[in-house]
Amino acid sequence: METLVLGIGNLLLGDEGVGCRCVEELERRYVLPPAVTCVDGGTAGFELLPLIEDAQTLIIIDALKDGRPPGTLVLVEDEAVPRLMLTRTSPHQIGICEVLATAQLTGKVPQRLLLFGIEPKSLEVTMGLSPEISQALEKTLDAVVAALSSMGHQIQLRQTP
Amino acid sequence: MAEQIVVDPITRIEGHLRIECEVDGGQIQSARSIGTMWRGLENILKGRDPREAWIIAQRICGVCTTVHGLASVRAVENALDLEVPVNAQYIRNLIVGAHCLADNMIHFYILSALDWVDIASAALHADPKAAAALAQQLSPWKRNSAQEFAEVQARLKKLIDSGQLGPFASGYWGHPGMQLEPNVNLIAAAHYFQALEYQRKVNKIVTILGSKTPHIQNLAVGGVANPINLDSPATLTMEKLYYIKTQIDEVRDFVSQVYTVDVATIAAFYPAWCNYGKAEDGNYLSVPEMPQDSKNMNYTLPGGYIKGGDFASFRKISTAHDPYFEDNVKESVKHSFYAGDWTRAPYVGETEPAYTPDGAQGKYSWVKSPSFLNEPAQVGPLAHVLAMYAAKYPPALQAIERMLGRISAISKETQSVDILTSTMGRHIARSIRVDIMKDTMAEHWKALINNISSGDFTTCNTPSFPEGELRGVGFHEAPRGMLSHWVVIENGKIRNYQCVVPSTWLACPKGTNDEPGYYERCLVGNPIADPEKPLEVLRTIHSFDPCMACAVHLVDGKQMPLGKVRVL
Repeated sequence: METLVLGIGNLLLGDEGVGCRCVEELERRYVLPPAVTCVDGGTAGFELLPLIEDAQTLIIIDALKDGRPPGTLVLVEDEAVPRLMLTRTSPHQIGICEVLATAQLTGKVPQRLLLFGIEPKSLEVTMGLSPEISQALEKTLDAVVAALSSMGHQIQLRQTP
Repeated sequence: MAEQIVVDPITRIEGHLRIECEVDGGQIQSARSIGTMWRGLENILKGRDPREAWIIAQRICGVCTTVHGLASVRAVENALDLEVPVNAQYIRNLIVGAHCLADNMIHFYILSALDWVDIASAALHADPKAAAALAQQLSPWKRNSAQEFAEVQARLKKLIDSGQLGPFASGYWGHPGMQLEPNVNLIAAAHYFQALEYQRKVNKIVTILGSKTPHIQNLAVGGVANPINLDSPATLTMEKLYYIKTQIDEVRDFVSQVYTVDVATIAAFYPAWCNYGKAEDGNYLSVPEMPQDSKNMNYTLPGGYIKGGDFASFRKISTAHDPYFEDNVKESVKHSFYAGDWTRAPYVGETEPAYTPDGAQGKYSWVKSPSFLNEPAQVGPLAHVLAMYAAKYPPALQAIERMLGRISAISKETQSVDILTSTMGRHIARSIRVDIMKDTMAEHWKALINNISSGDFTTCNTPSFPEGELRGVGFHEAPRGMLSHWVVIENGKIRNYQCVVPSTWLACPKGTNDEPGYYERCLVGNPIADPEKPLEVLRTIHSFDPCMACAVHLVDGKQMPLGKVRVL
């Protein structure tokens, strides 16, 4: 697998699900080449490890809480993406950072790593995105498509029937 | 003088579990288990089509995806009294088995072994040759070679020298509670890496049958969406089924030659922990699993209730229709942050948050308190293994005897079933259940092939929803214990939905009659060597395999180095 676009988040907690929604929209709106694989990773933990180990380039899209205005899109690259195992009490709180840490341990880390983070507004129990985050989703899709294109992938808008 | 310790880690996750312990004389005197996050995810399901509830339920937890999906379709099928084709039962059972193996092995090696295994000792003091000699004495496993152990040791040394410990960074290295000899530490560390490979193999089974991972897509109310056509490559073919068999066989070897052996070895080195963490005269609740017929009347693995630790009291739960089960599960909010002070059946349960400052009105947790026959009960692989033991299920009796024999041989002391109820015992019981499950999976694989070979290709019965009200419960003996989903359907739409999850049974606050939950009970009497490093609390809590966070997974910006985040 050349490039993996991985959306992360919980669809039941409002803006937390923005990563999954991005991947869903990416696949719906664009024709992607076979070298690009899209996966809605939800809140899965170690089930993602094989996928990550197989990817040469990994693009993660996730909600990123950093105190910025809701909808702010940030990009974190390569070594700056945290790979930590912080949790002590509940071993089931395995997030993407822990899975990355484990991939590093097995020596199978993607050569390139991009994390697109979207500052969430609301993490209430609901299945939709708030308006600010729906807008940020558009900006994120553009940024991801631009990143894929700059890597040499041919991305085309899907013709609406 | 009494001292209070609190384990409340700061993580990227908003809500989780907080444990408060009163320690006196180096021992825990009392404990409180506090769920700090509100789980109201069930409310999303109200008003929806019962056929799609499982897709949403699957998103409740990132670890337990398949289990919530399965419990959900079973609940709706139970409400409709809908039969499930035998092929679908076996296909679901293979997913159940694969998920159990992957999840329980990950729990032991990746998520809790570091409570017992000292990586620094493995890296700095072990002798790969001596470790290999010891490992070969304990097991015929082909990868217990001095060469492989030396490679792992070199990798660990490199990690320690670099200061980038990754997953190992949170371990309590050099803690006085660490008791394995360096060579055993090295064996366990080598198997840690191998476990990652084998969970990958077993997860392949889930991917093939579930069509997609991590969220499977093949479930349906009434069966599974896998068409069986032995000639068409797009469907479940013989080739795919045989590939699944090879994965099962490889993982079976890992379980019998590595996982169970490691658990036995570690248990033998920690005799005191085969005694700490017990709830004397506790109750144990489990349900039958791996159905073999379309009506859910016959299950391969028995389950049921043991009251007060007395095996003679064992009462089998026969089916989800069994009123002994359906009528006796209740949930209380007396000590939880929800409106009211009720104890109710889940069908009429509510999830209306009503936070009161800690201590006011005796409420102190976001977790509800479930009960069975008006008392708390311990769920989990231990409860299931004890039920199978009480039911005298032959493969369970053999697996228990095998495991106790292994521990006895290493510790040079005869071990009895009594050790299973301890902190270490919960790990032992989990490995026994995996040992049984791996064989059950192989049997059900064979039964699936036989059924297809007889010409039955049916995989789904279409549901139809009558007018009026229907109630149904779906249970599942999941990797961390009994899970039940309770649904009330009115005119084809969901009116109420409640999930009673294993961690709720265990991490709950006090119940209706103010009895403590099982985390709270089992921590009492545990030693605390160093209140600054409460390793012992983690050992007991981890032994239950907690799954609290159901499930927020956003990245916390505080983990990122300044100046490396680019705003777009």
